Amino acid sequence: MSHGAWIILIGSLVASSCGFIGCFLILRKMSMLGDAISHAILPGIVLAFLISQSMDGIVMLVGATIVGLLTAFFIQTLHNSGVQSDAAIGVTFTALFSFGVVLVSLYTSQVHLDLQHVLYGEIAYAPWELVTLAGIEWPRAVWMMGGVFILTMLLVGLFYKEIKLASFDSQLAAALGVPVVLIHYLLMGLVSMNTVAAFESVGAILVVAMLVTPGATAYLLTDRLSRMLLLSIGFGTLASFGGYYTAVLWDVSISGSISCIALLLFVLAFFFSPREGLVSKWLSNKKLQKEHTIKA
Amino acid sequence: MEFVVHLFDNPNASWVITGCLLLGLSSGVLGCFALFKKYSLMGDAVAHAALPGICLAYMLYGTKSIGLFMIGASLAGLLGALCIGQISAHTKIKPDTAMAVILTGFFGIGIVLLTKISQSGNASQSGLDAFLFGKAASLVGIDVQVISVVAFILLAVTFFLFKELKLLCFDPQFGKGIGLPMGALNTLLMLMIVLAVVIGLQAVGVVLMAAMLIIPSVAARYWTEKLNYMVILSGTFGALSGILGTILSALTPNLPTGPVIVLAATFMFFLSLLFAPERGLLAKLLRHLKLRKKIVLENILQSLYDLSEKDYVKGKSPHTGYTIAQMKHLRPHHQTDIEKGLHDLRKQGLVVNTTESSKNNWSLSERGLQVAYSITLNDRLYEMLLMNQAQYGSIQVDQEKGRIQDQVSEQTLHELQGLLSDYNRKPQLIPQLAYKFDKKFRDYYEGAPSKGGDV
Repeated sequence: MSHGAWIILIGSLVASSCGFIGCFLILRKMSMLGDAISHAILPGIVLAFLISQSMDGIVMLVGATIVGLLTAFFIQTLHNSGVQSDAAIGVTFTALFSFGVVLVSLYTSQVHLDLQHVLYGEIAYAPWELVTLAGIEWPRAVWMMGGVFILTMLLVGLFYKEIKLASFDSQLAAALGVPVVLIHYLLMGLVSMNTVAAFESVGAILVVAMLVTPGATAYLLTDRLSRMLLLSIGFGTLASFGGYYTAVLWDVSISGSISCIALLLFVLAFFFSPREGLVSKWLSNKKLQKEHTIKA
Repeated sequence: MEFVVHLFDNPNASWVITGCLLLGLSSGVLGCFALFKKYSLMGDAVAHAALPGICLAYMLYGTKSIGLFMIGASLAGLLGALCIGQISAHTKIKPDTAMAVILTGFFGIGIVLLTKISQSGNASQSGLDAFLFGKAASLVGIDVQVISVVAFILLAVTFFLFKELKLLCFDPQFGKGIGLPMGALNTLLMLMIVLAVVIGLQAVGVVLMAAMLIIPSVAARYWTEKLNYMVILSGTFGALSGILGTILSALTPNLPTGPVIVLAATFMFFLSLLFAPERGLLAKLLRHLKLRKKIVLENILQSLYDLSEKDYVKGKSPHTGYTIAQMKHLRPHHQTDIEKGLHDLRKQGLVVNTTESSKNNWSLSERGLQVAYSITLNDRLYEMLLMNQAQYGSIQVDQEKGRIQDQVSEQTLHELQGLLSDYNRKPQLIPQLAYKFDKKFRDYYEGAPSKGGDV
């Protein structure tokens, strides 16, 4: 496969996997929690690096998932002790992020773990880091992202009914005996895993674009969860295709242009979605007005 | 200490400290209003959305001037904030999702523009990166002057429009009713938040500017219920963390200023979380323990009363004493809690050991009987209220506030007493002695003048 095809594949995997799990964040009104977790895992990545002294993907995945879960736990605890939820998110992630930045600048100035790398990532380099598993030599990012994507699909598929119920009506779910808290942390764990698997290729900040924007675009087009999930995977893939070619055309950052295309798709949906879109609303308004004038 | 003194001698260092102080002060003050309007994370969104504005300003004019950057950043930030408002107003998308979409989309555009700029090979572009993570150490005189002017304007506007902003936070409907332009005020507040974020970008960077808006105000919220005190406290916290962060990072090589300022603010937040009176965790824990102890004591007295009453009705003497096991059977508590409670009650003279030899036989003293009777009567009246919710549902009674007898009308009290007899729950063992409570307990149970119904 060519370099470009690998990049598109990695981008699509990131966008699909994050978009898929991001739908639940949107429905549970926790979009900013995705933002928070993606920033807050920085100390987890750095600590995992400092302890293991390697940039091994699995170690970082574990470290970041633990810190991601801790972030979700801290936010919940602060919220329960009376801090408004958005403020709880803000306090937790900025504090953890600063801690991470301090760790990076104090201990890792000699090695290849600079902030630029963690925060923006560089998808263009991802295809060159090859890993051989079961006799197949693929880029490491494909193994990691593919594995996380399959795990995400598997877990969400297994508990689909429970997660759906807990997302739409957590009180009913709790009354029916669904372990709502467990599901909350399961989702948060998946979000952290997706974030850290993706951070290498698109960077911590742009992971949020992949988490929320495709799902939000899909949400504008449908009311059914199953369709929303499928659409978000579609939009994510579309964004990574479009992003790659735009980046090649103008010679700019690939991850940056992927998130620009994701935003563009959202803007299109915002205006032209058949039911929610501004234009269609305006048209139906006009039609109604016309009918009214004729009758009068 | 010598170092710190030296720091103030150095003109550049004192510029940095002044800048961070003013920054912390203004963002702390504005953060309070942002907190109550639920705009806390808006700071984060605005800070990210400002990036393309900075890049465009640079691309258009090709120079690194703080004035141009601030104009670009403010315009882009404000545009982002407006987009967030429009998206959540016109679709089913919630504000938090709109925020995340705009934040990442704008930031993506910014990254694309940044890479475009870096390809242009212009030597002075490297400074743009400082906007992302902040380089407080590189603040120079002109930057601090701009920061000071903007911070001063923000503080002055807050001071003169304090009443209006307060109304905007707590009761915008009423504000509209008395003819204040609430929509314009909201936009003004947004603009002020954007400006506070923009002057902070240079010092602490995009990602951490949100923290300067949120953390001091959340910390201040723990200490007071009044907005004006909270604003002052929050400003102080912000200014203090600005100074502290700058000094700490200057003392240690390789330590970036922005994150240390945020960590200093976080430290203050933790102090507030733990030690604030009333709302702090420690105060809450103490209150909880006190309440628990009170309930154990009351339960012991009630159990002893129930046991004595039973024997009294059977014609046996209630002074033979009862074991801890019997009390535990009626109202389960930990053995140690009951033992400690009994010890306390004996010190207050409310219970006595019936036999000197055994420590496991307790009965009520004369005074103890008075108190226990009062508690039991109160509890059983409350029981009657709860059992007849249909009839008395409208009556609001707070058991914490004292006796039921004093909180209901005489008519209701009469009915409740009738019910007590009907259900055979009227306390049978009536203390015959005149009231001779010690003051503590009189305040506790008999504080209000009696309307009768006790004996």
